[in-house]
Amino acid sequence: MEHLKLATMWLAGCSGCHMSFLDLDEFLIDLAGMIDIVYTPLIDAKVFPGRVDVTLLEGAVANQDHLEFVKMVRARTSILVSFGDCALTGNVTAMRNPLGGAEVVLRRSYIDSGDAGAQFPSSPGVLPQLLDRVVPIHHVVPVDVYIPGCPPPASRIRAVLEQLIGQHPAQLAGTDLKFG
Amino acid sequence: MAAVKTLSIDGRLINARGDQTILEAAKEAGIAIPTLCHLEGVSDVGACRMCLVEVGDPPRLMPACTTQVFEEMKVQTSTERLRNFRRMIVELLFAERNHVCAVCVANGNCELQNLAERVGMDHVRFDYLYPKLPVDISHERFGIDHNRCILCTRCVRVCDQIEGAHTWDVAHRGVNARVITDMHQPWGTSPTCTSCGKCMQACPTGAIFAQGSTVGEMERNRSMLTFLINAREKKQWNI
Repeated sequence: MEHLKLATMWLAGCSGCHMSFLDLDEFLIDLAGMIDIVYTPLIDAKVFPGRVDVTLLEGAVANQDHLEFVKMVRARTSILVSFGDCALTGNVTAMRNPLGGAEVVLRRSYIDSGDAGAQFPSSPGVLPQLLDRVVPIHHVVPVDVYIPGCPPPASRIRAVLEQLIGQHPAQLAGTDLKFG
Repeated sequence: MAAVKTLSIDGRLINARGDQTILEAAKEAGIAIPTLCHLEGVSDVGACRMCLVEVGDPPRLMPACTTQVFEEMKVQTSTERLRNFRRMIVELLFAERNHVCAVCVANGNCELQNLAERVGMDHVRFDYLYPKLPVDISHERFGIDHNRCILCTRCVRVCDQIEGAHTWDVAHRGVNARVITDMHQPWGTSPTCTSCGKCMQACPTGAIFAQGSTVGEMERNRSMLTFLINAREKKQWNI
């Protein structure tokens, strides 16, 4: 049987969910025999492949790059997994939303608390534009599986991966649905 | 003593006193109905709608905590429709204010967080409102974070009915409703607050907290409340 093609990526997050993924410890060795990791910040892959079975997306959608990336990933992925609280709820990254739109947030960070000569960061084509609101992934594209947690414990990630490798529809329940 | 009524809950025949609510009758029969605004020892207000049950045929939705039992009443507590509504209610509570479990003082000790697990909420289907809400830490011992408040009014009820101070109340309507202290003034300037901390012990989320507590540290101790209630109502003074 062909191995499951797995991709992972982080958007607006802290990469803590990926650290939790690495906390799978020796299961990572078993996992290496069952899946092919085709794209992730943890390996040196430059291009997102044309066809992926499962993608774990950590973090919320906070800027234009995230928005385009999420839409591209959705189009190329069979099972899209929202990975961790930022992806599911916006979490800490969405705490800027009550302040107002992108300009208000940038002003607060770069002008109000800046030194003399403070200015907005601007580098078209290099720095992606902030969105006015940070939103969860499922507010942008349909999501198939949700893994809550900040970060999700390794056991929860393993439960989902095992279900997906076994060709079962992944579904968490009970204490595995704890946010935070 | 009110007359005994016979009713059925989830198909089981149950005897209850006529002055009991569906919630009390179900609890005595060992049938668990999820609740959120309900707090033992203070009156029920049916604010959160978590305890909605179906009564009669065709089924009508009634809050179990404020609906009295009657003869031959037929109650269903866990139909698919009710389970869907309960999950929807919890999702709407999460969408209405800024509940960021990961950085909340009540993380791990929160009744809203526990309910989300219980109703199987794996994500929120509604748009988050992200309202801009204040945190009042003007009181020397406690704080109120309106981002986490679900308007259950437990604080209002314990303060009025157990402490007898009635410092807390609710101002405004609908999505703008807020719990307030006295004449909508900073808590620290309240002339009626006795600093007893009952509101903090009653709060189901991280809204009312002890100052100095950080993420996950806000554990409640309701024994003070149950002690007072037992002493007053059952004249039992042993702890």
